[in-house]
Amino acid sequence: MTTGTESLPALRGGTATDGRRSGVLRLFGGKAKGGEEAAKRVQFSSPYLPYLFLAPQLAIIFVFFYWPSIQAIQSSFYLEDPFGFGSTFVGMANYTDVLTSGEYLGIARFTAIFTALVTFFALSIGLLLAVKADGVIRGNATYKTLLIWVYAIAPPVAGLIGMMFFDQHIGPIVELARWFGWEIKVGINYFDTAFAMIVVSVWKQIPYNFIFFLSGLQGIPVAVREAAAMDCRSGFRRFWTVILPLLAPTAFFLLIINVTYALFDTFGVIDVMVKDKAANNPITLVYKVYMDGFRGNDLGGSSAQSVILMLIVFVLTIFQFRFIERRVHYN
Amino acid sequence: MFKKISLAAITLAFSATSSLAATNITWWHGMAGRNGEVINEISQKFNEAQSACALTPVSKGTYEEALASGIAAFRSGEQPNILQVFDAGAATIINAKGAVVPAEDLIIKAGHNFDRNAFIDGVRYFYADSEGKFVGMPFNSSAPIMYVNDEALKKAGVEAPKTWEEFEAAAPKLKAAGYIPLVQSQLTWQFTENFFSRNNIQFATNNNGYDSVVDTKLKVTDPNLIMMFDKLKAWKDEGYFAFYGAGWNDNQKVFEEGKAAFWIGSSGSFGGLQKTAQMPFSATFLPYWNAIEGAGTNSFIGGAALFAMSGKTDEENKCVADFFQFLTSPEIQYFYHKATGYVAITKAAYELAQKDGYYKEKPVAEVGIKQLILPAGDWSKGYRLGFYPQIREIMEREYGRIFSGETTVKDAFDTIEKEGNDLLARFAKTAG
Repeated sequence: MTTGTESLPALRGGTATDGRRSGVLRLFGGKAKGGEEAAKRVQFSSPYLPYLFLAPQLAIIFVFFYWPSIQAIQSSFYLEDPFGFGSTFVGMANYTDVLTSGEYLGIARFTAIFTALVTFFALSIGLLLAVKADGVIRGNATYKTLLIWVYAIAPPVAGLIGMMFFDQHIGPIVELARWFGWEIKVGINYFDTAFAMIVVSVWKQIPYNFIFFLSGLQGIPVAVREAAAMDCRSGFRRFWTVILPLLAPTAFFLLIINVTYALFDTFGVIDVMVKDKAANNPITLVYKVYMDGFRGNDLGGSSAQSVILMLIVFVLTIFQFRFIERRVHYN
Repeated sequence: MFKKISLAAITLAFSATSSLAATNITWWHGMAGRNGEVINEISQKFNEAQSACALTPVSKGTYEEALASGIAAFRSGEQPNILQVFDAGAATIINAKGAVVPAEDLIIKAGHNFDRNAFIDGVRYFYADSEGKFVGMPFNSSAPIMYVNDEALKKAGVEAPKTWEEFEAAAPKLKAAGYIPLVQSQLTWQFTENFFSRNNIQFATNNNGYDSVVDTKLKVTDPNLIMMFDKLKAWKDEGYFAFYGAGWNDNQKVFEEGKAAFWIGSSGSFGGLQKTAQMPFSATFLPYWNAIEGAGTNSFIGGAALFAMSGKTDEENKCVADFFQFLTSPEIQYFYHKATGYVAITKAAYELAQKDGYYKEKPVAEVGIKQLILPAGDWSKGYRLGFYPQIREIMEREYGRIFSGETTVKDAFDTIEKEGNDLLARFAKTAG
């Protein structure tokens, strides 16, 4: 799968995807494509043809990503009445207002902690389950199916189910905690709500991570495992020194996906959890954008916030590719 | 669900068949469930009653979503003829000069008579400008009232309180009888906005914000309001008051299950409560403080109003005016009152309901109206504050912190006043 000439991270990311896909295929009994085939170079007859093929995708990206982004950047410098009758240029005032607000910084701090915890637990539990499921020999298809099908549940439904577990009046987890002398008060106590949000968000993401880790594990050649087993008796050490490095491309991909998930896709869980009223409950930055923009009708302020969010994701992605991906080896 | 779909289909089919000759108008609203169905029924009644206009109602989700989609549509020139806007969003739409045609102008221009005095008092000013001209047409109106668990009262041997002083006296007995004496569902609406109206205290400068957006400031550090929340906190610590967060239903549920003696809800909760309450209940006015001079005035309405969006043809505006006329007719008002639990907004409709014997059968349904027509005070007409949905969010946050012990009542109101005033100043800039 190595062609030698590919040095750009993006291209290497591409081969990683191939590796993963073949893993998924193998998981479901399909036939994986050989690495040699992917390495063959195909030439287009006209130099414009590839651009033509790319055009629909680029158009979609432009209309649904670049265009709104440009609009957000533009309106973040204005103070506007919601109906669009007048807008005043205020320079950086929207940004300074947001960044000097203690409330906003508190939400940013919570978002960072929330993202770190959700990513960590979703990845580690997913990995643990995958390793254990991979080791099962008798009836492994049943185990795998049981762990995977949860992923087919629609996110809002998962959010609602999770919420019911933590319901103040009927939640079984609340009952269980009361047994141990812990009064969980979701919606009233800041930390209890944060705890419930993290548990539900992690729970919802585990099957996704499980699928990818499992397929990654099954992509590790038997020969390598056998060789490792001969050299080292400690299963934990074998996992740490052989299996985990070979899983690194999958893990890196999942790291990015999980960080994005915790930052953005948990919106639904939070919305269900705070029941439309944030009050003194913890919320993340993306929920604050929604609250100020869609409910408060403050377009300038919420645009500034979304630009800040965009920058955060931009910096995070660059950081991940430059510093973490260096440690990842693709076969 | 099937009923809803078929209703929508009928409405659609009707507007499609009549669209050849009739003028089409649209109505975006934020009501769901049974209340949304009633809107479809009213539209159907209107379409059947005349042939010149065809009205199509469209549900946009919640109040907030309806306002947000209305705004987005207006900005791209695709606004509906009628937009339903909730109480807290009133300042946003009314201060956007040129976004709406005042309902009163619209109705007079269409050749109808318009009599402000035909509306009951608590309804008359909330969506009007400072001269009293109706900008929005009040539609679904509700008042915060106190629901009473009759069983609990009997067991504890107390009567429903009129004032908070009476409540304080009754609370220990109710607690001893095994009940949570008091729960409520919305501290902002019931214990802040309508604390000011029931106790006749000024809420904000500039005549509660009606006169101008410039330099309007909140007066939430009023010692009486701080006293109210100090009391609530003390009651909570003593077990006289329970707080289940900012969510409406989490608090209502305790009352439905018969565990609480009093619940401050909405007059519009009546319909649902009849089905969910597990014990006999009655209702009375939202209490006030006897110790505050001049207290005991009417409360102002909650709920939402209908706004006629600008930029439409005269023909369409005429249809909107006809619809507003239709909507305020006693028969339709009475129908709506009965079907939803929202109060009737005109005196004629109220009289019709009385004559029909509706309140003999369901006395609870009358409590909201009776509270709205109590004598008015200087500060019980309403408020007009920009970015108010966000100010409410700040209040909700700080109130949550008070009851979880993260802040003191005094600090909480200092924060609300400061952050709220910043938002009001910001709004003045956008509207200026």
